[in-house]
Amino acid sequence: MPIEYIYPDYEIVRDYDRCIVCRVCERQCANEAHEYLSDLNKMTADNAKCVNCHRCVSLCPTRALKIVKSDHTFKENANWTGKSIKEIYKQASTGGVLLSSMGNPENYPIYFDRILLNASQVTNPSIDPLREPMETRVYLGAKPDRIERDENGKLKNNLKPHIKLSMPVMFSAMSYGSLSYNAHESLARAAAELGILYNTGEGGLHEDLYKYGGNTIVQVASGRFGVHKKYLNSAAAIEIKMGQGAKPGIGGHLPGTKIVGDISKTRMIPEGTDAISPAPHHDIYSIEDLRQLVYSLKEATAYTKPVIVKIAAVHNVAAIASGIARSGADIIAIDGFRGGTGAAPTRIRDHVGIPIELALASVDKRLRDEGIRNNVSLVVGGSIRSSADVVKAVALGADAVYIGTAALIALGCHLCRSCHTGKCNWGIATQREDLVKRLNPNIGYKRLVNLMTAWQHEIKEMMGGMGINSIEALKGNRLMLRGVGLNEKELEILGIKHAGE
Amino acid sequence: MREGLFRNVSGCAISGIFSKSGRRFSGQKIIESISVMRERSNGLGGGFAAYGIYPEYKDYYAFHIFYDNHHAKKECEEFIERHFDIINLSKIPTRRIPEIRDVPLIWRYFVAPLPTKLADSQLDDREYVARCVFRINTRIEGAYVFSSGKNMGVFKAVGFPEDVGRFYRLEEYEGYCFTAHGRYPTNTPGWWGGAHPFALLDYSVVHNGEISSYDANRRAFEMYGYKCTLKTDTEVITYIIDYLHRKVGLTLKEICSVIAAPFWSTIERKPEQEREELEYLRCAFDSYLITGPFSIIVGFEGGMMALNDRLKLRSMVVGEKDDMVYVASEEAAIRVVQNDLDRIWYPRGGEGVIVTLEGGNA
Repeated sequence: MPIEYIYPDYEIVRDYDRCIVCRVCERQCANEAHEYLSDLNKMTADNAKCVNCHRCVSLCPTRALKIVKSDHTFKENANWTGKSIKEIYKQASTGGVLLSSMGNPENYPIYFDRILLNASQVTNPSIDPLREPMETRVYLGAKPDRIERDENGKLKNNLKPHIKLSMPVMFSAMSYGSLSYNAHESLARAAAELGILYNTGEGGLHEDLYKYGGNTIVQVASGRFGVHKKYLNSAAAIEIKMGQGAKPGIGGHLPGTKIVGDISKTRMIPEGTDAISPAPHHDIYSIEDLRQLVYSLKEATAYTKPVIVKIAAVHNVAAIASGIARSGADIIAIDGFRGGTGAAPTRIRDHVGIPIELALASVDKRLRDEGIRNNVSLVVGGSIRSSADVVKAVALGADAVYIGTAALIALGCHLCRSCHTGKCNWGIATQREDLVKRLNPNIGYKRLVNLMTAWQHEIKEMMGGMGINSIEALKGNRLMLRGVGLNEKELEILGIKHAGE
Repeated sequence: MREGLFRNVSGCAISGIFSKSGRRFSGQKIIESISVMRERSNGLGGGFAAYGIYPEYKDYYAFHIFYDNHHAKKECEEFIERHFDIINLSKIPTRRIPEIRDVPLIWRYFVAPLPTKLADSQLDDREYVARCVFRINTRIEGAYVFSSGKNMGVFKAVGFPEDVGRFYRLEEYEGYCFTAHGRYPTNTPGWWGGAHPFALLDYSVVHNGEISSYDANRRAFEMYGYKCTLKTDTEVITYIIDYLHRKVGLTLKEICSVIAAPFWSTIERKPEQEREELEYLRCAFDSYLITGPFSIIVGFEGGMMALNDRLKLRSMVVGEKDDMVYVASEEAAIRVVQNDLDRIWYPRGGEGVIVTLEGGNA
């Protein structure tokens, strides 16, 4: 029916004066947008197939290509936008739930961009990280509630299991299956080189990556895919995934087409079967059940590893976190509504959950009000885009942050948000062998190391400007933050003053 | 605006004199010492802490209280009577001098917790006293307890320290330890409570610097019943020391390794046992690391501790002569009272100098 024809969002613009008909674009596009017209010895393109991933643009040797937003438009309407209309056409023709990938792109406030940092002037010297030591090391885990001494009065080491990080950033949970093997290897090797951790997500851990166990967080999610004793004991920490910022309240679904070869083996399910993670853990219907899972995992690992409980930032997040902090968990990870995903129902991704900045501020405050902030460390993600976001998150009260999307961008992701198609031209979110091999882990891991090294330099510069030479003195140091353009209520929740105050 | 409603950043001069043998000496010496550092103050705050000055009442808590008016005094005294036996009360003797103006009512009480109240509270007596002090300072408007230890007292005002000393007739007191503070605040404090030393129980702190970790530290110990009313760095440092020493049970040496912790690179070079201990302290008490420049002198019952920030961003010098130990922001402030020194040195950043009465322990 002609109604269903929607003019493409993007147009591939080719400069025919530059095009040498090398056909690289055609070979590189897994969506088959480019086509060679042999009669004319000329390239053409089907704009409708383009996802705007920039693969062809990046690889075109003569820079003959660019992708532009189509100026084709509906009659302007502030209420019925082109996007709303097109989504209705799509659903009217398929009867299906809309699917999307990566984080919520809608125009909600980004509080990190409404917060500014302090710097020293006159009364307090700024510190130059090039000349003075500047420390970014953090330890995650519960703090002891009292000291103990031996018979000679020497302090006993009664620290609970913890994680040591060279800087307050970790790679967040992204499963082998949703990501390619090469992407996973890049993350694991980068974490090991940097002295930080990456997270397996719910896909189990490929045998070849066990050697990076000291830099690995293994995840236990509602589908329990790939979970066994060796898996748990191979890691530095275990994460129970209760929720995800991109899709709070719902489970996951990796289609059978992606459950092939090693992925099937690693997840411990037959090839070709869908990997469906239920919305809740069916052995956790309340907080006391969570406690049992936390302690089951601790029993399985002889109380040698910290347990992280990851939740999505939802309305009642402070009370939930307070419950978790009393459940034996050592670390709480909170994922904001901007958090990424390989696939989520569009309506859930775009309309459920709350901003991480507000969730973090209110959780940190609640735990302090209840005197239990030292029971747990706080890790936040969804979404941390730069070193400035890291510094602001730490100053709001986070011990460390998780980055997912930023790490993928470092690996080459161009945020075309088409992961759910499985045809990632950059070799990241795909299992197609020809595409996977486009991501060289030797280069990928190095780019991740570069990104984190750059962020660490920037974090040190910002800390030095504030006259702080160790990251723990920044944690929860909200006096270093000021809001701009925020209302009283927002400032109250963030626990910061307005600029000029 | 009155101090406590805003954060008042200050530069300062500090000085401390301690007799290890416990020999008591007059407060005149400390006035002489601090007065040579007049350049480092701007007349907006000065004060002293004196230890061993109330031997006849040494078993009682000595409260020094500022009142804005008689109503506050009445309300506060009712509170004290409900919670304590008052052994003695009087105005603190002062000398009216033109340099010191806007004088509040200044009273002193020697008290002991009411045994029945103390038993009901299920607290030890020091915690009971500390909580009562917080109650007065946060709940009774116009009343402010600025000294609450045993056999010690704080004397402070808005003015240059040497004038404050004369105002309080400090030369008439004799003690085994005096510390002094001359303040250079960026804003006018508006009242006397903002002057230093800052004290809780027998802990008193004089401090020169501006700490950049302020809110990280404050939000950490406020979990345990502390409430910052003045928004000064000195208040924060005092509560950290009180919390770590009195409540957690760390030694002062261990506290130095927490608040001015060695860098990780330094810790890694230490012998194994020391390394483990330092790692433990940094890890377990990470929220109490103080960054930014500071030099502090902490007075406590039977001892005195001097400490610089980990980068030594403020000057501080220590001198010794026989049983006497001198600490000051500048060497001149020591030389003026004792030019013939056995030893003089500049402690490194994070290296605490702890002195205690002979036969005592800290």
